[in-house]
Amino acid sequence: MTVTDTDPAIARDSVASALEQDRVESHLNPPPSYDLADHPVPTGREEVWRFTPLKRLRGILDGEASDKRLRREVSLPDGVTLSDITAEQAREIGELAPNDRPSALAVANAGGAVLLDVPADLEATEPVVVTLTGEGAEDLVWGHVVVRLGRHSKATIVLRHTGSARYAATTTVVVGDGAELNMVSLQDWDDDAVHLGRDAIRVGRDASVKHTSVSFGGDVVRMHANVEYDGPGGEAELLGLYFADAGQHLEHRLFADHNQPRTKSNVVYKGALQGQGARTVWIGNVLIRKVAEGIGTYEENRNLVLTDGCQADSVPNLEIETGEIEGAGHASATARFDDEQLFYLRSRGVSDAEARRLVLHGFFNDLIRKVGIPSLEEQLTDTVEAELAKNVLDGLPPVGAP
Amino acid sequence: MSELVIKDLQVSVDTEDGPKEILKGVTLTIASGETHAIMGPNGSGKSTLAYSIAGHPKYTITGGTVTLDGEDVLAMSVDERARAGLFLAMQYPVEVPGVSVSNFLRTAKTAIDGEAPKLRTWVKDVNGALERLNLDPTFGTRSVNEGFSGGEKKRHEIAQLELLDPKVAILDETDSGLDIDALKVVSAGVNRFREQEGKGVLLITHYTRILRYIKPDFVHVFVAGKVAASGGSELADELEAEGYDKYLKAAAV
Repeated sequence: MTVTDTDPAIARDSVASALEQDRVESHLNPPPSYDLADHPVPTGREEVWRFTPLKRLRGILDGEASDKRLRREVSLPDGVTLSDITAEQAREIGELAPNDRPSALAVANAGGAVLLDVPADLEATEPVVVTLTGEGAEDLVWGHVVVRLGRHSKATIVLRHTGSARYAATTTVVVGDGAELNMVSLQDWDDDAVHLGRDAIRVGRDASVKHTSVSFGGDVVRMHANVEYDGPGGEAELLGLYFADAGQHLEHRLFADHNQPRTKSNVVYKGALQGQGARTVWIGNVLIRKVAEGIGTYEENRNLVLTDGCQADSVPNLEIETGEIEGAGHASATARFDDEQLFYLRSRGVSDAEARRLVLHGFFNDLIRKVGIPSLEEQLTDTVEAELAKNVLDGLPPVGAP
Repeated sequence: MSELVIKDLQVSVDTEDGPKEILKGVTLTIASGETHAIMGPNGSGKSTLAYSIAGHPKYTITGGTVTLDGEDVLAMSVDERARAGLFLAMQYPVEVPGVSVSNFLRTAKTAIDGEAPKLRTWVKDVNGALERLNLDPTFGTRSVNEGFSGGEKKRHEIAQLELLDPKVAILDETDSGLDIDALKVVSAGVNRFREQEGKGVLLITHYTRILRYIKPDFVHVFVAGKVAASGGSELADELEAEGYDKYLKAAAV
């Protein structure tokens, strides 16, 4: 296990540097651009592509036109609207420009965007639930979404992906000043789906965002969760949970761009792997720009390798342009079941399989409790159980609720 | 009536320099109703004895036998040993993040009994056990051993002893790291267990302090991987006064 922490520095209120908005280029993230020429077809040797099995993307990056869509079921609370807008309107709203080839292709090919609009001051009582279903593994689908939360609004959004497709989508989330968003993107695809997704979030002044990415299904799933800030005081909590089975490639790439002072980011991603060829990738990039004094950031990735034949890559990166911060740190650990934990449980009569299940249950439980949507928490627990039943444990009754 | 019989037990561990013999022929019989204290200096193999009986994979049995009521303990898996009636209170209980104490206790009880405990009585039993060990009722919602103080860990071990109700309990340095109040609470828990019909206790300790609260029927001095001397509780008094020097010298010859 590696744990690194920089010494906390005293946060200094510095109006002068807060006004200074020099665009430092991140070494780890290509600059945003709508121009496809800026996002050439990758060879696989690029830093941002080197972990991804390009052949298994089945031609998505060629960028063919397609008018296929995912079937959409929507449940909207009162006051929240869903409408079609043009790509130009999406830009006017202030979407975050694409910063990789799939998101640039999605904007270019989707023929307009979908706008989910939460008006200012609205506190949605029910979650927005959008279920997107792919009709077939060969369907090529481009997705372009903008989510807008007005000032001081509050909403919970659950975006669920099911069925199968070759799907590339970019989603911008613009969170107004003082707004509060809890958003979950659930990748519950069939085994043959390919999904290249990018959720790019701009956090308003004093706004708070919780974003959870959950990946269980699909052949190849590669998700970005990017966050930047529109003013001081914004907070982002980026959570993730994934469970890779034999042959699955699940990749999660995080980017917290601290471009405003006194902002916070906290990242926790946890994953399990089981079966031959199960592969997970976690890349956690944090950029602390010169202007971003007094910020705090922490990133954590934990992987539990359940069987032989799996590979988990975990790369936390920190680029620091100023030392005048509250704290910046990261931790990454990839391990098998802890023999001492299993021994302890088994010494209390619990069978080996049941002990493994308890440990795994606990491993994810900490994270699931943070998601903050009770109905979904239960479902996530069930899905973890079901995933486990596939391989590690056969025919055991479920572990009781805590 | 139950009986744990250890005969000529020899145990080794793998080290970088190859296997190292730790237990060099241990023979002990713990009959029901008896409390045996094993005392010895650090490194004498006391904990190895405890973990070997419980089946920790780190230890290789190279000779001897262990039976519980005639059943071959060494042929059983770790969990089978627990279900057969053995319990090991560990010196360093292990953290299991995300698994609540109440979930853990119920899962263990279900495994030991072969059926889920009746909900109503079980909740009462758990709360009672926690209360008797001065553990807050909210203790059940905490993750197993995570963030517990040293004393909480040991009291949690004894709460498990009460709830899982084994035939023979092996207590591995349960007294270490406890202040006097916690020691009394833990000792009272062990004594409640002992007062029941047919229970055996193997109490492993470095210090005589706990023997003021838990009176052993037999005391064994453990040196260099074997029992160097056995006697009644007066042997503990002698060790208190004179230490282990005499036995260490004899073992070194």
